[in-house]
Amino acid sequence: MALDKIGIAKRIAQEVQDGMYINLGIGIPTLVANYIPDALDVVLQSENGLLGIGQFPTEEEVDADLINAGKQTITMRDGSVLFDSSESFAMIRGGHVDLTILGAMEVSENGDISNWKIPGKMVKGMGGAMDLVASAKNIIVAMQHTSRSGESKLLKECSLPITGLKCVRKIITNLAVLEVQEGGGFKLLERAPGVTVEEIKEATEGKLIVEGDIPEMKID
Amino acid sequence: MINKVVKNASEAVKDIPENAVLMLGGFGLCGIPENSIQALLETKVKGLTCISNNAGVDDFGIGLLLKTHQVKKMISSYVGENAEFERQLLSGELDVELIPQGTLAERVRAGGAGIPAFYTPAGFGTEVAEGKETREFDGKMYLLEKGLVADFALVKAWKGDTAGNLIFKGTARNFNPMMAAAGKITIAEVEELVPAGELNPNEIHTPGIYVQRIFEGKNYEKRIEQRTVRS
Repeated sequence: MALDKIGIAKRIAQEVQDGMYINLGIGIPTLVANYIPDALDVVLQSENGLLGIGQFPTEEEVDADLINAGKQTITMRDGSVLFDSSESFAMIRGGHVDLTILGAMEVSENGDISNWKIPGKMVKGMGGAMDLVASAKNIIVAMQHTSRSGESKLLKECSLPITGLKCVRKIITNLAVLEVQEGGGFKLLERAPGVTVEEIKEATEGKLIVEGDIPEMKID
Repeated sequence: MINKVVKNASEAVKDIPENAVLMLGGFGLCGIPENSIQALLETKVKGLTCISNNAGVDDFGIGLLLKTHQVKKMISSYVGENAEFERQLLSGELDVELIPQGTLAERVRAGGAGIPAFYTPAGFGTEVAEGKETREFDGKMYLLEKGLVADFALVKAWKGDTAGNLIFKGTARNFNPMMAAAGKITIAEVEELVPAGELNPNEIHTPGIYVQRIFEGKNYEKRIEQRTVRS
C-alpha cells in the first residue's frame, strides 16, 4: 500500500543522523520533526532566523514574535539562537546546514527540481527554496510519486519552471525511496510496503534503475 | 547624543512622497511596522515600490496598502496568503519582482553596507537568472546580484532608545536590521522607547547610526497567521 503523508515523514526521519543541523521545508517536511527518534540530538533551522526550533507552544506559551518559516507559532529549545535573515542565509549558502528536506512538484532524472511556480495558475514565489537547493550539501525531496490525475512527477525533464539544477540526491515518495544517479536516472532503493517494482515503474516517467531485489521500507 | 524621537507614526511618514521606494521589515506578519503602515493609509501616498519579504494578508500588513492601490510595485520572495495581491498581479495592475529569499536578504545587506553587487548560486539556471551576468568560480555557477537601497526603510523593533539603537525580539528580527541600514531615511517604531543609556550596549542589534527617526508605537495587534499549539 502506498504511504500516507505521515508514512513519508516517518521514512524520511530515518535519514536523520545524530548531530545534524537540518532545514525543514513546509508541508510533509515539517511533519518529519515529529518522528525523529528522541535519542538523536539534532538542531532544526528556521530560515526566518532561528536555530533550535522546539515543540509547538501551549496556549499560554503562544508568542506572535516566535514563528517558523511556515508562519506557525513555535517555541525554542535549550541552546537556541536567534539571528537576522542575512545571517540565516549565510548559514544556508555557506553550506553549514547538513540536511535540507523539501517538497517538490517535479524532479527530473538528473536531479533538477521544480517547486515554486505553475505559470498562469500559481504565483506565490520561491521563498527560500532557490537559495536552499543551490547550496545544500544534502537534499532530500518529499513528494507524491504522481499527481492527483495519476501523472508521474519523476520525469526525464521538468516541465514547470526550475527551482534549481542537478541538486536533488534522494527522493522519498508515497511509493518508493530513490537516489538520483550521477549520470542521470532514478535508482530504486526501497519500495513502500506492498507496492511492487512494476507499480513504481508504471508511475515513473524518467529513467528508473532497478538492480537486484528491492527491499520494502521498514516503517513502524 | 542626537535625539531622533518623533511624536508618532504620522509625524514619521508625513514626507514620504509619491513613487517613493520603501523597504518594510517583517517575515509574514511577524515584525512588521504596523504603525507606519497604518499612517501611510492615512497619508494616502500612491505609487509606492515596496521591498518586503512578503506582501501581508488581505486585511493586514502591506495587504492594506494593496487594497487602497497605493502600491505600484512589490519586490518580495513569497507572496502567498494574499488573494487581492494575486488578483492585482494577474490583472496587471501591480508590478511584481520575485527574488529568492536569501538573495533578497543579501541584496539589502549589501546595499546598506556599500557593496554594489555580489555573486550567489541561488537561481542559476532559473527564470531569476534571465538577463543577469553569470560566472564560474571553482566549477560552480553564480549570478551577479545587485545591492538594494531605499528612500525610506520602515522597521519595527522591540526596544529602542532616543539615539536610535534597536533591540529585536524572537524571530521578529528577520529583515529589519539589514533594512535599517539600507534606508536613506530609516523610520523605526518600537514597542518600548527608553532614554539613551538605558539599553545595554552589549545587547543592541542595530546601531542607531542607521536610524533617522524613532517613535514608540501604539496598539500592536501582532496578528498570528498560523496559530499552532500542542495539546
